[in-house]
Amino acid sequence: MKVSEIIDYTEARLVSGDLKTNRDIGNAFSSDLMSDVLTLDDENILLITGLANLQLVRTAEMADIHVVLLARGKQASPDMIELANENGLIILETPFSIYKVSGILYEKGLKAVY
Amino acid sequence: MALELEFKITGGDFSNAGKASSQIKKVLKQLNIDAKSIKRIVVAVYEAEVNVAAHAWEGEVKATVGENDIQIVVSDRGPGIENIERAMQPGFSTASKEVREMGFGAGMGLSNIQKNTDELNIESHAGEGTIVTFRCFYS
Repeated sequence: MKVSEIIDYTEARLVSGDLKTNRDIGNAFSSDLMSDVLTLDDENILLITGLANLQLVRTAEMADIHVVLLARGKQASPDMIELANENGLIILETPFSIYKVSGILYEKGLKAVY
Repeated sequence: MALELEFKITGGDFSNAGKASSQIKKVLKQLNIDAKSIKRIVVAVYEAEVNVAAHAWEGEVKATVGENDIQIVVSDRGPGIENIERAMQPGFSTASKEVREMGFGAGMGLSNIQKNTDELNIESHAGEGTIVTFRCFYS
């Protein structure tokens, strides 16, 4: 699923990175626990989370995650956006809950990591 | 020729935890190490950095980047680990509520370091600190 489609389906706003490459995302994982995200072997996944802090951006960097969707109307702070732009991480913000965006994207064909 | 890198970590300073792993990632990328190996290495280093920020007073990361492998030593001055075997068990944690609210402290760190490394040694003295040494071979 293209990042632009994820934005359309979840009524999201792009707050860092750009759509120049409009990456094709294979799978998604929803978690507020970065410890669990760091145990994933999959790459090129979408991370859906309600955790908006610098550790999220660092975790994405180490786990080779290039797109993060912040749910429940959580907003990326200026230092998160700055670090994300340095690393080329796309951060999206959606007003929907994790359950809702997971349901929408799953229905549209974005599969689970496991 | 081995390349040596050193970074300081301050206990409780989560905004800087990740700087060492980030820098190591950049260096390994420049050396054209394969992406899978880089991910294993930097995830292990990041977990170790978070552990120091979460539990210790201060610490440092030393990385020796070799031709075929990388050796990392993360040493801290802190309370030490009382029972290493227990600390290695997934789910065992002594992390504070604040650390858990940041998305960590689920008791997965040390076992995840083990999963991602080829050699791991943990040495700890109560009231003094902990030295975590690990090695990863590039695939």
